[in-house]
Amino acid sequence: MEIFDVFLLEAVLNGILLGGLLALLSLGLNLIFGVIDVVWICYAEMIMIGMYAVYALHVQQQWPLLAAMAAGIAIVALLGGLMHQFVIRPVLSAEPINQLLVTGGVLFFLQAAATLAFGIEFKNLGVKLPPVAIGEMSFSFPRIIAFAVALAGVAATYLFLTRTYVGTAIRAISQDRAIMPLMGVNPGRIFVVTSALGGALAGLSACLLVLQYDIHPAIGLSFGPITFLVCVLGGLGNMLGGLVAAFIFAQFISVGGYLFAIEWGYVIAFAFFIAVMFWRPQGILGRK
Amino acid sequence: MARHLPWVGLALLAAVPFSGIGNYPLHLVIMCLLWGYVYTSWSIMGRLGLVSFGHGAFLGIGAYSVVMLWNHFGVSPWIGALAGIAVSAMVAVIIGLPCFRFKIVGHYFALVTLALSEVTRLIIVALRDQTGGSLGATPNTALAQGNPWSLGAMQFSDKVVWFYVILVFWLAALWVWAKVDRGMTRLALEAISREEEAAASIGINVTRSKLFVTLISAVMTSVGGVLYAQYQLYINPETVSGIGISLQMVFGAIAGGMFVMLGPTVGAVFTLLLAEGLRLALGDAFKQFPALDLAVYGLMLVLFIIYMPQGILGTARELLRRRRATPAASAPG
Repeated sequence: MEIFDVFLLEAVLNGILLGGLLALLSLGLNLIFGVIDVVWICYAEMIMIGMYAVYALHVQQQWPLLAAMAAGIAIVALLGGLMHQFVIRPVLSAEPINQLLVTGGVLFFLQAAATLAFGIEFKNLGVKLPPVAIGEMSFSFPRIIAFAVALAGVAATYLFLTRTYVGTAIRAISQDRAIMPLMGVNPGRIFVVTSALGGALAGLSACLLVLQYDIHPAIGLSFGPITFLVCVLGGLGNMLGGLVAAFIFAQFISVGGYLFAIEWGYVIAFAFFIAVMFWRPQGILGRK
Repeated sequence: MARHLPWVGLALLAAVPFSGIGNYPLHLVIMCLLWGYVYTSWSIMGRLGLVSFGHGAFLGIGAYSVVMLWNHFGVSPWIGALAGIAVSAMVAVIIGLPCFRFKIVGHYFALVTLALSEVTRLIIVALRDQTGGSLGATPNTALAQGNPWSLGAMQFSDKVVWFYVILVFWLAALWVWAKVDRGMTRLALEAISREEEAAASIGINVTRSKLFVTLISAVMTSVGGVLYAQYQLYINPETVSGIGISLQMVFGAIAGGMFVMLGPTVGAVFTLLLAEGLRLALGDAFKQFPALDLAVYGLMLVLFIIYMPQGILGTARELLRRRRATPAASAPG
């Protein structure tokens, strides 16, 4: 065995690519939690709906891919707004556990709705992009696109939050929920906007995932839990922490998956997560 | 009269196998009791502010421990159950200790436990050479040659036997629930769930109190997994571990009312009747649209949490109390 293992390097680089995507996944969830203080357990299922939307528009309705993706993002953004208006708003003052569980109900509902509409067969876009070869290593082209777009999405969200009035209001609410109404900000509206923005980020993730993975009603379960772990590891609601945690986690999944089997990558990531919890329970960048 | 009511109810319940109901209704009653047992086990910690979304892990550990040890090593399920209990207790400590020690509560605790249940499912799937992966596993039968039961293999072909076995476990769970309900631990944990620092300052050992109920709850749930595996004689990773079953436990307990002793059982009856009712009502449509029950289930969950957060029994108790209070309050005025 050589000292320098080219396939290990490939796994590490793939991990970085995956990290970009996980960062985008956790960003939406963190944004919603930071502002509204509610975790959407069904967040990954909203991504699943986005994937089906792109599939239905592109494959079944013959829309151009980019148009289908734009519509997919809009649909999930709308879904996010509706989700807040009809599911979260009635339980805003309820026990936190009830808020979590209500989104668990939405999880089942969305899974079932997708099964009713599209069946349980695996679907895919049928878009085949050639892998990119660098030396002996080869990388999936959709993954590279996903990485670039995910980073662009993260940057755009950052600019939106820091450079616009609504973005500033969102950040202000996440810092002090009680004082903002006194400053003339309508928290109800900000909540809906944030939910729609979180939905749009889920839609964007859907567009990137649909290029790489087959779609089926339970696909949310394959990356939902990992997204939660990333968010908790980074400190719930802490967007920067989520980014750092995403890249750390992706390495465990990618390299662990390379050394053992893909499921073990997740298991190792979880073990690492538990170990970190002993060391920094508030998340790696969380505040005490 | 009211004092004897529980005993009358119990006697009626114990007489169910002799009432001449068919095999399938009896199966439904057994499932109600079994899930009632599991939901009650969950609510022992859930009602005290330790809302675990990961009890599927313990159910799965119990179920897979007995079946794997029996199938691969011929170890009797009685010993396998002990192994399952030991592993569950270990996992409960490994996850619980950092969570309780470092005050991982609320959302954090729910998400960590949620991930635990999913990781358990992944491990079962990853060990597919031994566990059969997503296809599930069936314990090797010990009932060949027309043998109706085998005590050593914990296999009984007669449903009546299972009815009484599970009835006993269910009663034991209610007893533990009541015991915890009246014990010091509950007072300590209620104080903790309101204000953890204040509770610690008056000398409550927060970590130990939480770990205590978590261990009870986890061990009882894994025994539920053993019962499930031995009764159904078929398990698969989706039905005994993962997010689905974990959320189902939480929902069942909350739908029934987790602050009332019989609440989780009522939740189990409710969810089972819901699935059965839909199956009967929809008939052929049910076969055509296999996810319809899941859609209704999800919708019910959302509506329940929004409009009836106290659960069925909790709401009923509230109404009863209000009705009783009204005449008393108006009398002196």
